[in-house]
Amino acid sequence: MRGSSLRKRTYGFVALGAAASILLSACGGGSTDAGGDSGSGTFDAGSTEVVNSSDKAGGTLKYAIEADFDSTDPGNTYYAFNWNFSRYYARTLLAFNPEPGEHATELIPDMAAGMPEPNDDFTEWTVKIQEGLKYEDGTEITAQDIEYGIARSNFNGGVFTEGPQYFKSHLDQDDHNVYEGSDPLAGFDSIETPDDHTLVFHLNNSFSEFPNVLTQPQTAPVPIEADRGELYQEHVVSSGPYKFDGDYEPGVKLHLERNEHWDPATDPIRAALPDRVEVAIGVSQDEIDERLVNGDIDVDLRGSGVGPAMNARLIDDDSVQGNLDNPYSGALRYVNLHTPIIENVACRQAIMYAADRDSMWRAWGGESGGDIATNLLPPAIPGSNPESDLYPSEDNKGDLDAAKEKLEECGQADGFATNIAVRVESEKDVQTAESLQESLARVGIEAEIKSFPAADFFGQYAGSQDYVRENDIGMSVSGWGPDWPTGYGFASKITHGEAIMETGNFNTSELDDPEVNGLWDKALETEDPTERASIYEQIDTLVMEQAAIMPVVFDKVLFYRSEELTNVYYQPAYMMYDFMALGVDRG
Amino acid sequence: MLNYILRRLGAGLLLLAVVTAVTFWIFYVLPRWAGVTPQGMAAMYVGKAPTPEALAATVERLGLDEPVAVQFVEFVRSLLFGQEFTFGRETVECAAPCLGYSFTTNSPVLPQLLDRLPVTLSLGFGAAVIWVIGGVAVGVLSAVKKGSFFDRLAMGTALVGVSLPIYFTGLLALAFLVHEWELFPISRYVPFTENPVAWFQVMFLPWVTLAFLHAAQYARQTRAGMLEVLGEDYIRTARAKGLSERRVIFKHALRPTLTPIVTILGLDIGLVLGGAILTETVFSLNGVGAYAIDSIVSKDLPVILGVTLMGAIFIVICNLVVDLLYPVLDPRVRIAG
Repeated sequence: MRGSSLRKRTYGFVALGAAASILLSACGGGSTDAGGDSGSGTFDAGSTEVVNSSDKAGGTLKYAIEADFDSTDPGNTYYAFNWNFSRYYARTLLAFNPEPGEHATELIPDMAAGMPEPNDDFTEWTVKIQEGLKYEDGTEITAQDIEYGIARSNFNGGVFTEGPQYFKSHLDQDDHNVYEGSDPLAGFDSIETPDDHTLVFHLNNSFSEFPNVLTQPQTAPVPIEADRGELYQEHVVSSGPYKFDGDYEPGVKLHLERNEHWDPATDPIRAALPDRVEVAIGVSQDEIDERLVNGDIDVDLRGSGVGPAMNARLIDDDSVQGNLDNPYSGALRYVNLHTPIIENVACRQAIMYAADRDSMWRAWGGESGGDIATNLLPPAIPGSNPESDLYPSEDNKGDLDAAKEKLEECGQADGFATNIAVRVESEKDVQTAESLQESLARVGIEAEIKSFPAADFFGQYAGSQDYVRENDIGMSVSGWGPDWPTGYGFASKITHGEAIMETGNFNTSELDDPEVNGLWDKALETEDPTERASIYEQIDTLVMEQAAIMPVVFDKVLFYRSEELTNVYYQPAYMMYDFMALGVDRG
Repeated sequence: MLNYILRRLGAGLLLLAVVTAVTFWIFYVLPRWAGVTPQGMAAMYVGKAPTPEALAATVERLGLDEPVAVQFVEFVRSLLFGQEFTFGRETVECAAPCLGYSFTTNSPVLPQLLDRLPVTLSLGFGAAVIWVIGGVAVGVLSAVKKGSFFDRLAMGTALVGVSLPIYFTGLLALAFLVHEWELFPISRYVPFTENPVAWFQVMFLPWVTLAFLHAAQYARQTRAGMLEVLGEDYIRTARAKGLSERRVIFKHALRPTLTPIVTILGLDIGLVLGGAILTETVFSLNGVGAYAIDSIVSKDLPVILGVTLMGAIFIVICNLVVDLLYPVLDPRVRIAG
């Protein structure tokens, strides 16, 4: 999932899923052991509990962001912050449990009347929706509206370019385009609506994690007659507690006011405390941080922590420690070892052994940046075992003897030459690459660093198969956050052979291992989450054995928690505060 | 006179055509020479995980696989005659002059530009008033009191003004005047028509910051010009006639000094209206400049073309106005019909 920041505008954005993350985050994180009781909570309290709990309603909740929404249309967005934010006006079939801590990523019904019921092999899912759900104009929301919302978001002839394509990949549906022909849903039979309150999804394969996809904004209802294609984002028809107040002005502002037709009794996840929600767009990150700390805005909408300047200021300021939260961002920073370029697994393992993880971790910011990662799955994901380390070394400085042995095994006893691709805008990526370059030189592996613009990194360079082969790009520095917090939601896109694309390729190492692929498929046929978690742990180990991905850091983010904000807690599913719970108390 | 204006307008149009062609060439042709494929160009417009279908649809919508000449003709045609875009089941007409549609912000370019223009106009003209009055006044005083303490102080300050970039003075002003001492409100543009007082309060700091940079140049220029003119024979004659010093300075010395000032003013205003990128970015004003920088960063080609064209139009217009002002300021100048 994308975090955010300048996308399009260069920095940041972790695609939900995407890569992104890396950039944005200049935001390291505060030292975890800092104490202090000032402010409305204690240091890092918001990571595990609700801070400043209150049911006080009213007031205007003020957000600000530098870069724009990718789209306010719930059918056409992939930024983590907007998956969180769009819930103000777009209800989804399912939702993440609105509470902090270990149960935060469990699923509960939102518009649904209960959890989806699968058939025996998880290829058919039936969801009932509640009766009496209404749009902002008072008309009733039907199952057909949800079917249409999903159809238009994935089957539109390519006009929506932002959102994920999970429905397209998994629905048992022939080619379809809702914008062709007079009846948009004629021939769209992969989702059936036997009555106004039932949806039956027919999938083309077993997909035990399908309910996670039903939390995504693409499941928001869209009335067919209101759909204006990409222009729909100007005024999305609300199904949630707030509706657009006037039109969305790209690059300038989005204001929401209460939707009188929303019934709180039907909604288990939205507190809807403020009377208004306002987003100022186009405010520079430094200015956002300044306003946040001064109380002029309540929340940084981007949700990927304070910028580097404010980070440095806050970390050492005792008076604000009680206003800081320092959770794991949910993302992994890592280096792809491109299997078609460095074909011999022993050569890749030599790199894994030679890498000085300690210095790479320091390059990423040391203590304040996060923890050294030696496995694939981040700590919050079931099946993660951060203790496992297939390439151990003293103080994580690298095991040069083992590296040399591996080099001999792969027939390159004197080392070899290769290239590392980095995103030039991300200072930490570049420093990570430099540190890797130095440590590899110790065993004769000469790696040259090649810098590319972040905006085209996956489209034209590291994620382009042709470019990688023609230019002998053996490694690339990357980062990834989960589309949803499970092993599949996190790692399938970066390690499943079927995810390899010619361009825009996020399985950048091009790992296509039959055993790994088989385990992914097996997981999707496994109902029990605990059993799935153990499969994900096996995949983690296999990917490490294949030396396709070199984990660097599980990074942490530093959030400033405003004094006037109520009901604040970190929701790991969105990798930021849960916007739906927030209220303001101006005292 | 009319003949002159028409000729100048014709030359201006020609200039705009050249600017359009060059900009088009830079952003559409150069990437091709660098080996970027139509799909690669399309990838700039689609999200982080583009499907081949979305790429193909974008290539077709933008005509990226057409020969460049065809694309250019299409662009000019939609500029002159408008164009139609299809959204979902809806067809929307983009009336001439249609600058195209941004697939990054999912909105047509011209209305976006026009929405943001009031911010930039407010910034540009407000700042210009301050820098012209301030700069010229200081320049005249410095020239008249040449070598005095005031002169040295003023010219020293001017040197500082010319040397300090906006992102330094602007951030300093924000840090202290807005955040630390709270003397000014948080900058968020309020339209003049909505609340003139709030508009003034919000725009004041950006005006002063932008004006400080320019006023310094104007003060130095005015001082130099005045000193030169004050040594002219006709000034001595005017003084010999017994005219008051005030009349000598303001009626006879200042007017010719203003000619070069107005020349640079025309260019400066044109430039600022084309987008005061630094000032708008520092003060988080959503003007044309901020739109320009967003579009450059995201390689939003239709917006880049639109902003460039608008900037060029402002420069052409401002220059024309300046040329028409010359004879009014300096009786020695005559426009040849």
